Amino acid sequence: MAATAPLPHPASAPAIRSAATRLSEFVFRRGEPMIWLTGAGLAASLLLIFGLLGLVAWKGLGFFWPRPLVRIETSNGKKVLGEILSTEMMPPEAGKAAESRIRVKIGNRDLNGLDFRWIPLSDVAKRDVPKEALLLERQEYGNFHGFLKEIWRSGEKLAVGDEKGLEMLTRRQRELRSRFVDLSEKEKDDVGAINARLEKERLRLRKAELAKAPDLAAVRISTDARITELQKQYESERERIETSRREVSATSAVFIDAAGREKTVLLRDIVRIVRPNDLALGGRASVYLSRIWEFVSGEPRESNTEGGIFPAIFGTVLMVVMMSLVSVPFGVVAALYLREYAVQGRAVRLVRIAVNNLAGVPSIVFGIFGLGFFVYGIGGRIDRLFFAEALPTPTFGTGGILWCALTLALLTVPVVVVATEEALAAVPAGMRHASLALGATRWQTVRRVVLPAAAPGILTGLILAMARGTGEVAPLMIVGVVKLAPTLPVDGVFPYLHLDRKIMHLGFHLYDVGFQSPNVEAAIPMVYSTTILLLLIVVVLNLTAILVRNHLRRRLFSSAF
Amino acid sequence: MQQPIAATDDVAHHVETGALPHAAPAGTAPIIEVKNLDLFYGEKQALFDITMACKPNSVTALIGPSGCGKSTLLRCFNRMNDLIDGVKIDGTIRIHGTDIKAEGVDVTAIRKRFGMVFQKSNPFPKSVFENVVYGLRIQGINHRGVLAEACERSLSAAALWDEVKDRLEDSALGLSGGQMQRLCIARAIAVEPEILLMDEPCSALDPIATAKVEELIFDLKARYTIVIVTHNMQQAARVSDETGFFMLGKLIEFDKTDTIFTKPSQKTTEDYITGRFG
Repeated sequence: MAATAPLPHPASAPAIRSAATRLSEFVFRRGEPMIWLTGAGLAASLLLIFGLLGLVAWKGLGFFWPRPLVRIETSNGKKVLGEILSTEMMPPEAGKAAESRIRVKIGNRDLNGLDFRWIPLSDVAKRDVPKEALLLERQEYGNFHGFLKEIWRSGEKLAVGDEKGLEMLTRRQRELRSRFVDLSEKEKDDVGAINARLEKERLRLRKAELAKAPDLAAVRISTDARITELQKQYESERERIETSRREVSATSAVFIDAAGREKTVLLRDIVRIVRPNDLALGGRASVYLSRIWEFVSGEPRESNTEGGIFPAIFGTVLMVVMMSLVSVPFGVVAALYLREYAVQGRAVRLVRIAVNNLAGVPSIVFGIFGLGFFVYGIGGRIDRLFFAEALPTPTFGTGGILWCALTLALLTVPVVVVATEEALAAVPAGMRHASLALGATRWQTVRRVVLPAAAPGILTGLILAMARGTGEVAPLMIVGVVKLAPTLPVDGVFPYLHLDRKIMHLGFHLYDVGFQSPNVEAAIPMVYSTTILLLLIVVVLNLTAILVRNHLRRRLFSSAF
Repeated sequence: MQQPIAATDDVAHHVETGALPHAAPAGTAPIIEVKNLDLFYGEKQALFDITMACKPNSVTALIGPSGCGKSTLLRCFNRMNDLIDGVKIDGTIRIHGTDIKAEGVDVTAIRKRFGMVFQKSNPFPKSVFENVVYGLRIQGINHRGVLAEACERSLSAAALWDEVKDRLEDSALGLSGGQMQRLCIARAIAVEPEILLMDEPCSALDPIATAKVEELIFDLKARYTIVIVTHNMQQAARVSDETGFFMLGKLIEFDKTDTIFTKPSQKTTEDYITGRFG
């Protein structure tokens, strides 16, 4: 172009036109920028996904790694012992230079009121990392940061805060804690079983009363006798447990915090003792793994901000499996009718549109429907028919895992229907004709040829449905998912699977811990960890279904040579 | 199988009363009889007044340009046209004297008397074995020995046994195109049908596979009556005993294959055969 510039105007016109043509040719005809554009779009999506995953994994999994406990003395002489979590800029104030501050987790909620403190860097007078500092993870009040002073057992001083004392502390804590946990389990099981039988007797009597049974007096006498017997059992059981409990509770330890205040803690209430400043890499790793194991397999503590989330994992997985058991057969049957039997016409098209739209209905609407239809409608009716003696306490007339599963099944049926329909449509007509020409009926053809050939596609529907169901929270909040379920929906008491029980759910757990927690700052790492676990469960469920699908595909469409 | 002969004159005319169909000596009473058949797809008429008959243990070829209705006629025989919405058929089709369009006829029972081989081989996504015995399983036969025996017999009859006997449990979709088509033939004859309907069975095959299938047709003739639709006139000339030439839904000429290919009575037939059109 530069070379053509001196030329007179008429001559330069074609040159300009040809430049424009060249550009348009470059953009549209050869289409290379379009390739870049699509590539860039893909790259951006991948970056977002992996960035999100990376962030969540880093924050969620890093939380369990033991950090050093730093003793900080501020310029006004106050001392704290804590983990330095981050350094951040302070909000700028007028007329002052920008300054940094550190966020310290100081623990000792019972002494300090708050687990966190923000200290301006300029305020830090002295820092050190005392080797003998202890981090106690406690049953209640969160972590304790401090030093061991003495160990006591029923008024007798066993040790002081030296190396020997620390060694004894660890040993005794381990033993007492496991005994205490066993005791609590036993109490829950044994006393729970007696309570269940008491309740059964009470309901039997109530049933007889409601039915105005002619032998009511006899029933009353026999039930009363059994109730008295059970109550005696209950008392003796309590007595035994109380004795063991006293034994376990006899040993306690006195700790002092950085400021010198004393705190007495029962050894049975200490979940884990860590000396983070005196740990080699191996020790740190073992603490890390044991914390992760507790997170995955333990029960929550301190309004879900600490401990494990096993009940939520269990509830989520069980509910999704139940949901699949309902939604897949239902969806497949519906799709079969639509694709194989119904006369293709306006009506079928309308149904198809309706099904597709159903998939777009806000999930909370399904929740409200589930509450009205399943919980109050069907559940209420079941209660009146079969559990009248328990009323006004509802049995099925309140949220529970069954209603959660059914509500989600309703929500995911469209996904299954659409996927199955596509899979059925992809089965070649020739196969159907071959089967029919051999004298098979329509149903035989569907069952023996079409469904097996469509099975991989149907499993794709299952995968999509499971992914959708696992991630759903809003409708579940009103049909049976709770912040803290006292019992799992599966236990050793007949009928083993309790469909009426409320459950915990990872998605709701996230919401609850992240936004409804009394101690939001402490709960943040839990949010990340729970997220990574929820994602992991989705991946595991999907992976299972994908493996099954690939296996089917291999069996159907390939051969051994 | 045979319907009681409520003796219309037609039936009495063509079928010896009381004679069992299987006992009928070859070359006598026709096994398939079509009389004044009209077929409509909705408003459009696809077949006009077809009348023809196929003899037992013979090969009848149906030839003609695309869209002339020969496949449609083939599908009338085992009522596969029922699967298409809006098909209306007038006239009669009798198999061994049984009117297959009569009220209350069990369609699946009719279809069991036919084996059908399609233009595009369509094995099921199952093992070779399961493909062959599918028709038997449909009939409720699940005895392993019976199935294995039928499988070997049909695969041998379809000249496929030696090639696949070691991989009966492999997926049928792993076979070659020609093997798949022969597998479909084996599947069709496993249920011991009376008649084999072949709808352009070789059009998707290479010459070698085609030769094998043609050879097979020759062998199968001894036991089955075969009706074959083909585009390939050499093939019709090679394999068939009688040939029907179709054009625009009409049966122009039906005669011995030799006659059709050497001295056809109709000018149109001659033009078609000599390649002057179509």
